[in-house]
Amino acid sequence: MKLFSKHTNVLPGFGPTLGFTIFYLCLIVLIPLSALVFKTAEISWQEFLEVVTDQRVLASYKVTFGAALVAAAINAVFGLLTAWVLVRYRFPGRKLIDALVDLPFALPTAVAGITLATIYSHNGWMGRLLEPLGIKVAFTPLGIMVAMIFIGLPFVVRTVQPVIEEIDSELEEAAACLEANRFQTLLRVIFPLLLPSLLTGFALSFARAVGEYGSIIFIAGNMPMISEITPLLIITKLEQFDYTGATAIATVMLLASFLMLLVINLLQKWSRKYAE
Amino acid sequence: MSLPAPPHKRVTAADGPTVTEPALVRWLLIAIALTFLILFLALPLVAVFSQAFEKGMAVYVAALTEADTLSSIKLTLLTAAVAVPLNLFFGVSAAWAIAKFSFPGKNLLTTLIDLPFSVSPVISGLIYVLVFGLQGWLGPWLQEHDIKIVFAVPGIILATIFVTFPFIARELIPLMEAQGRDEEEAAMVLGATGLQTFFRVTLPNIKWGIMYGVILCNARAMGEFGAVSVISGHIRGMTNTVPLHVEILYNEYNFTAAFAVASLLAFLALITLVIKTIAEWKVRATLS
Amino acid sequence: MSVKRTLLAVAVTALSTLSTIPAMAADISLLNVSYDPTRELYVDFNAAFAKYYKQKTGDNVTIKQSHGGAGKQARAVIDGLEADVVTLALAYDIDAIAAKGLIKPGWQKELPHNSSPYTSTIVFLVRKGNPKGIKNWDDLVKPGMSVITPNPKTSGGARWNYLAAWAYARHQPGGNDAKAKEFVTRLFKNVPVLDSGARGSTNTFVQRGLGDVLLAWENEAFLAVRELGPDKFDIVTPPESILAEPPVTVIDKVADKRGTRKVAEEYLKYLYTDEGQKIAAKHYYRPINAKIPTKLAKVKKLYTIDKDFGGWQKAQKAHFSDGGTFDQIYR
Repeated sequence: MKLFSKHTNVLPGFGPTLGFTIFYLCLIVLIPLSALVFKTAEISWQEFLEVVTDQRVLASYKVTFGAALVAAAINAVFGLLTAWVLVRYRFPGRKLIDALVDLPFALPTAVAGITLATIYSHNGWMGRLLEPLGIKVAFTPLGIMVAMIFIGLPFVVRTVQPVIEEIDSELEEAAACLEANRFQTLLRVIFPLLLPSLLTGFALSFARAVGEYGSIIFIAGNMPMISEITPLLIITKLEQFDYTGATAIATVMLLASFLMLLVINLLQKWSRKYAE
Repeated sequence: MSLPAPPHKRVTAADGPTVTEPALVRWLLIAIALTFLILFLALPLVAVFSQAFEKGMAVYVAALTEADTLSSIKLTLLTAAVAVPLNLFFGVSAAWAIAKFSFPGKNLLTTLIDLPFSVSPVISGLIYVLVFGLQGWLGPWLQEHDIKIVFAVPGIILATIFVTFPFIARELIPLMEAQGRDEEEAAMVLGATGLQTFFRVTLPNIKWGIMYGVILCNARAMGEFGAVSVISGHIRGMTNTVPLHVEILYNEYNFTAAFAVASLLAFLALITLVIKTIAEWKVRATLS
Repeated sequence: MSVKRTLLAVAVTALSTLSTIPAMAADISLLNVSYDPTRELYVDFNAAFAKYYKQKTGDNVTIKQSHGGAGKQARAVIDGLEADVVTLALAYDIDAIAAKGLIKPGWQKELPHNSSPYTSTIVFLVRKGNPKGIKNWDDLVKPGMSVITPNPKTSGGARWNYLAAWAYARHQPGGNDAKAKEFVTRLFKNVPVLDSGARGSTNTFVQRGLGDVLLAWENEAFLAVRELGPDKFDIVTPPESILAEPPVTVIDKVADKRGTRKVAEEYLKYLYTDEGQKIAAKHYYRPINAKIPTKLAKVKKLYTIDKDFGGWQKAQKAHFSDGGTFDQIYR
């Protein structure tokens, strides 16, 4: 509807800002990324398909995307809970916890990986407790998931948090006046409001986890067909000086990322419409 | 990744029973959330600090003041000092164009800006090697003119700019879209110039968004490991950033020093907390 | 428009200013690009060489070091890391640099002993007292044994591990390639974790307490014992192993461009002097000069890459390239 009510925009600066945006985008992101595609184009379609559908590569997609999916789902549940608790409730240490959420951004991924491996290996703080129960985390696909949960959590919390902050309390009061019980209010009124941002957080955390390398290799065990992630295979190809093989797999991952992000942006559009 | 709004209309437990859960449920939820966060976030942090201080304060300080560590800290600060302002300028100008105007292809542009978020760090280092490396597009020309990009400081900065590219733009776009353009239009009608409008009207409205973006961008810029590792060349004392230096120390079986240096970056997260708390407190102060 | 141009100018100036920083050193500087386990060796060696060169010529020479996985390091040189000399884990990686024209062909004949001033071999690091009684390669394939080694696809050291096991099996009575393949397959079924590099594996074995035995470079094993606890580990030198020859060479293109050829060549030759050999021996490498004393145990039989595998190119293709014998283990 807005499309038709559009009037002439009196604000200046559209040309320079858009120009600079596109220029900088091309310089930093698009031209370098296109190098990836050009490098891959050195091999034929058939070779390309052979590389990216090799048994071991397929197994690595399964491990990487599977673990990322589960990690993102866990992050969605606990990230939503965390955001809710942080915004709505008052308890000692709340500020500290709020700050802690950004930790995975600041800690170098290698440190995160080494630390997680230390904690979850069989002589570590958590490993010692879990291993007698028959749960092995370090050097199994479970370890990959733990690392992915770690790096993805802030995305969910920080996407959902502002939306919770903005929820109008009148909505809840109205629902309560209409004799809805608290659970019904949460489920029918609040949750639909949060869903778009929650999905966005889920998708961002998923996309980040799929590409992660630094923290995962320390805890994954890296066994072919079992706990080998796709970025590791890219590195493996590079070690053999097989640049085109590496860029072929990288291109597949890039396409996956791009599709992921398109979905994210559609979700956000939907979320904005929903909010109006 | 959008801006947490100033907490002006925060609903608290004190507002009455109609808009919150029973106390039991509240505490249960808090307990679950805390357990999760302690397991996944606090525990690694404690592990970093406990290993860093394992051999006492003297060893900790010695590790931080060692020459190679200092040069890595310098390089990391330099990298952030170049990458963050460039991305800030880009973020503001992209947000202005995208949020205040409508044009075809806007969705695609937004998606492309997001792209670096989800590109594997392994790939984001590699692409610059493909462009500027000796076997790459510009490599031979650069070598002839004796300009070093990859395996030198400019490459490290470029890779850092890439991985932190979307942070500030991503914070500002939704915020500026939500604010619309009425205020700016009013200012223009009243005769303000474009720059005046931006600095007097827009900037005050988005300054907290900018700050959030800068904080996140800075944290990631200083902490990035994967992409920088591919492009740094690991020359001791010259092209090692703090995260790379941590890995080197660890590989030298110098675990205490490795975690001591890593704890610096963890401190960064804590400093972020302080800045953010002050910011929120100021917002509340201006509103009341 | 002008804003854009100014910004561009600023960016370009900033980049080019920054890019000159590494080239600013007034005295002679060399960059030695090496693999992981040589860190401690070259700290000592560089100091000794700088002193020697100062005495001889009066020039100050500073040697910058870069360490990392051998393959990654070779790639960095190929992609433009301006190394005057490389000191890597295997000839294969240097061959890859030569293939791009940065080093003249026939580089391995430039210096004595295949351009390898020191050698090493593969040994077993076991828990103190050797509770599992590991003495030879056979013991590693026993059921229930847990063996730690890095991934041969990403680690040069691990390739030596793999080939040592292969050579051992093939030289047993009735041994052939099929038997050797079966042997390494059984060996790798006992490997619970494949780290990407040698130091990663050492940390897995030592810090995480995983595995009964670590396959390692001899010098790495000694260093790990010294650094991480002489009371916790023992080194078992198997009666048969492989002769690992880590080669060194000057990167011709870079040395000629930077005018450092003379000092770079001098640097590598110094590795062959008594002083250089003593430093290598001190860091648990095997000096090639038999007169230099070493405390390392004699290995009865050492297989070599050239005689037993027909050189690195062939070995790499047969065993470690995609679809090679190593990949077949995990099919």
